[in-house]
Amino acid sequence: MASQEILREEPSRGSFINDPRIRSLFFQTLVVILLFSSIWWIVHNVIENLQRLHIASGFGFLKSRAGFDISDTPIAYTSDSTYFRALVVGLLNTIIVAVAGIVLATVVGFTIGIGRLSQNWLIRKICTVYVEIFRNIPPLLVIFFWYSGVLAVLPAPRESIHLPFGSFLNQRGFYLPRVVWGDGSWLIGVALLLAIAMAWFVAHRARLRQKATGQQFPVFWTSVALIVGLPVLAFLLSGMPLTFDFPKQSTFNLTGGFWVKPEFLSLLLALSFYTAAFIAEIVRAGIRGVSRGQSEAAGALGLRSGPILRLVVIPQAMRIVIPPLTSQYLNLTKNSSLAIAIGYPDLTATAGTVLNQTGQAVEGVFIMMIAYLVLSLVTSFVMNIVNARMALVER
Amino acid sequence: MKHIALGILGAAALGFTASAASAGTLDTVKQKGFIQCGVSTGLAGFSAPDDKGDWKGIDADFCRAVAAAVFGDATKVKFTPLSAKERFTALQSGEIDILSRNTTWTSNRDSALGLDFVGVTYYDGQGFMINAKKLPGVNSALQLSGAAVCVQSGTTTELNLADYFKKNKMEYNPVVFEKLEEVNAAYDAGRCDAYTTDQSGLYGIRLTLSSPADHVVLPEIISKEPLGPAVRQGDDQWAHIARWTYFALLNAEEAGVTQANVDEMKTSTDPNIQRLLGTEPDGKYGADLGLSNDFVVNIVKAVGNYGEMFERNVGSGSPLKIARGINALWTKGGLQYGPPIR
Repeated sequence: MASQEILREEPSRGSFINDPRIRSLFFQTLVVILLFSSIWWIVHNVIENLQRLHIASGFGFLKSRAGFDISDTPIAYTSDSTYFRALVVGLLNTIIVAVAGIVLATVVGFTIGIGRLSQNWLIRKICTVYVEIFRNIPPLLVIFFWYSGVLAVLPAPRESIHLPFGSFLNQRGFYLPRVVWGDGSWLIGVALLLAIAMAWFVAHRARLRQKATGQQFPVFWTSVALIVGLPVLAFLLSGMPLTFDFPKQSTFNLTGGFWVKPEFLSLLLALSFYTAAFIAEIVRAGIRGVSRGQSEAAGALGLRSGPILRLVVIPQAMRIVIPPLTSQYLNLTKNSSLAIAIGYPDLTATAGTVLNQTGQAVEGVFIMMIAYLVLSLVTSFVMNIVNARMALVER
Repeated sequence: MKHIALGILGAAALGFTASAASAGTLDTVKQKGFIQCGVSTGLAGFSAPDDKGDWKGIDADFCRAVAAAVFGDATKVKFTPLSAKERFTALQSGEIDILSRNTTWTSNRDSALGLDFVGVTYYDGQGFMINAKKLPGVNSALQLSGAAVCVQSGTTTELNLADYFKKNKMEYNPVVFEKLEEVNAAYDAGRCDAYTTDQSGLYGIRLTLSSPADHVVLPEIISKEPLGPAVRQGDDQWAHIARWTYFALLNAEEAGVTQANVDEMKTSTDPNIQRLLGTEPDGKYGADLGLSNDFVVNIVKAVGNYGEMFERNVGSGSPLKIARGINALWTKGGLQYGPPIR
């Protein structure tokens, strides 16, 4: 190779102007000085301009009464709450839709991605069409598609579609019965936690035993039995302390029950279906990236195709998949700001309202930027930990 | 390295442009040859483009009146459609010279946002509209407890709505959109039971719905909404020009000067009309404002007096058919009152 033939020259010591170390130091210092002075200059300019234009500035407004209502409030909020609390509500709504979207996008994306490699012609083609459609449409249009789809197709509240288990579907959203926990229902929670701990313990012992003796233990079915069985047992023992609050028809809407609004529903579906198309491609690339020799070798050892995928291919594919997956998660979180187009009260929407009611645009935009930055950094941080655990361990 | 340097240059350029808007607005406007006017994204009667793309409405005509006062030519105005959220920033940053966009005059906007309201071109109040076909039996806003209400974000409407339901101990579910068209579409699709905004707006929006006859505006008016144009705070000359354009429109109506008779009126010997139209010998009321002495003639020739502007855009000459009501002149029992020109 040509690069190996280039000789390494000793740095010339002739003149300090030509000394690469001094030159690089000089330019780095220059850049730092320029950077900081321009930041200082911009900040100074903004403050001066705001004062000249008689525009109020500072973050004191955060403690004032907000005065407007928000449709989705995960924490207690009324028009008497502060602007700060309104922003927190917006941030929580963003986090809720982002987390739910990430989970759904991952499930759909992995399914479609594996489907694209299926032996079955029909499944393969359906998955390809899915990816090509959703990957090539702007996310905003996908959101509008779902939202107007929900509003146009579903009936008005008085003609709601009845679904099983007392749930309803109409233009105003999806209504489910809400579970009301009675006295003694804490037992069920305790039982669930206990079951999870026991399942983990069983899995741990089974792994050790397999290492020592080679014998396998049906960990999956034991865990299912534990996690389902124990809470059900607790439920029966504590005298079934559980009632349901069913949605009922009132003057305008259905009231009671658990209500998923169409804004949330369409945003969630749009974001996750859009991102799932990209995740599918990443998963496909990851699986393709594992050399055929690996699965052939596993086959030669007598493993069947299921365990080959689960034990040999996917763990290696994950190393390729996780870094680009992280950026898709970040994209999904940032794309959630498109919620503003359909009126889901996410951070951008509430901060926009706060910004407009107070007129303090600089502060409002600053808060939004910091919030999204922190969200993205936290996501990256978590994904880096996952990545480190998945990384190749040399033995 | 190269990219960093370019980045710094770019940021610096941004900072410079931010500080450039300090010259007097009148001089800047004269230099560029037109007035940049911030209007709504489409509210019938106030500011909405017609099928030829010309902006029609009281708010659009007010900007034309200012252009007529400054240039003697009402066509020297360019319109910038703005959402409720964009409007104040656009004015603060100098992107527009005057904001004439059905904007409510409030103390906070006057004092903390760097705006200066010129006057009240339309006295309005907030109301509710419902689909009477889907909700028979609802004939008062006090029956709206539990309703889903469509509203535009970042408006005084949104705040009044919260106050009204709180005061009357009623529940509601706000459905909030940033753009007027989005609110209209959602209401028309049946996402909400009620639509709330200024009453004049409700009449205008009703015309754009798929079946206007099904919808009724409820009788309650829940707030005071004095709508008027605003300019940047700190430029007194420009504020005076906008304010006296508004007063000129009112005084012209009071004196009976109309688009049709303005040229005849120039020969009037009534000193009041002479001062108004700049025909008084040695009078320089226009020049003191930084305009020509016959600026009122130019205004009335271009858009008519206040009454003509009202009837043409929202009154009997328009599909909205809104009565003058409290927007009549003070001499006819209304609130519109122009201080004298002398």
